[in-house]
Amino acid sequence: MLEKGVKAPNFELNATPDQKIKLKDFLGKNVILAFYPADWSPVCSDQMALYNEMLKYFTKHDAQIFGVSVDSVWCHLAFEKDRKLHFPLLADFEPKGAVSKAYGVYDEKLGESKRALFVIDKEGKIVWSYLSPTAVNPGADGILEALEALDKK
Amino acid sequence: MSTLKPEVNSKDHVQGSDSASITIVEFGDYQCPYCGDAYPIIKEIQDAFGNQIKFVFRNFPLQKSHELAYPAAIAAEAAALQDKFWEMHDAIYENQYRLTDQLFNELAEKIGLNTEQFQEDSLSDEIKQKVEDDFESGVRSGVNGTPSFYVNGTKFDGGATDLYQMLKESTE
Repeated sequence: MLEKGVKAPNFELNATPDQKIKLKDFLGKNVILAFYPADWSPVCSDQMALYNEMLKYFTKHDAQIFGVSVDSVWCHLAFEKDRKLHFPLLADFEPKGAVSKAYGVYDEKLGESKRALFVIDKEGKIVWSYLSPTAVNPGADGILEALEALDKK
Repeated sequence: MSTLKPEVNSKDHVQGSDSASITIVEFGDYQCPYCGDAYPIIKEIQDAFGNQIKFVFRNFPLQKSHELAYPAAIAAEAAALQDKFWEMHDAIYENQYRLTDQLFNELAEKIGLNTEQFQEDSLSDEIKQKVEDDFESGVRSGVNGTPSFYVNGTKFDGGATDLYQMLKESTE
């Protein structure tokens, strides 16, 4: 897993069938990447639902969050609509898991992304990363602390 | 290990004895079915352990998932201004199956609130701030879903039934 201090590998992933997100376009903004195994986990303990509630906190720290899993854009669209998510989910779909692998958070056995968080600063450098046990939703306290540390710099 | 931030304080709604050795804090959402399931179990825990337990409820409404979670939290906090937080808290969970935005006024009347005052208080900034402060305290404490429980300031990894089991074992 990529650690603090490393330059975040650039990527280009689809957020919708006709919209690609390039990490390098977000230089000048803080970025949060939340890798997770799959769409459609149970509602009230869902990690993405929690981040959805926290967008105003992320905005306050000039940060954009992206969810990343190996689900397809169509699956992501249905999931976003069902859960009323207001931030992009990226499809690490083809070649499968390539970005997850580049960040060192791909589970080869399950064929899914691990549950991992990265905070990337405005210069595109990883300033905080965290690997959570797959069954445990890591919450958001670590992300907030990392963003607050960036504000103090 | 996630810990409760800030610690239990005078702004919290607390049930039980000051001298209790175990403090349980729940971060809950009034529309969350798992919180609804936890509600009677918490009552059982309080019955079983009596003075040993202090129980605190903080709001963690997942507004985007549950559109009535926030108005419900507001209703309970508005009731608190008339010293009836727990009456409203209980009434909402007991009527969770028929939650609508009309329900809160009905419940306010039922538990004997001054309903005019209740409606006015429901719009106040002070009440909104309380709910938002609770939510933020949850985020900082590492809440990752609802309900989340803290026992003596440390996050408990499990639901209400697991909590009951743990308490039984630890007091045996």
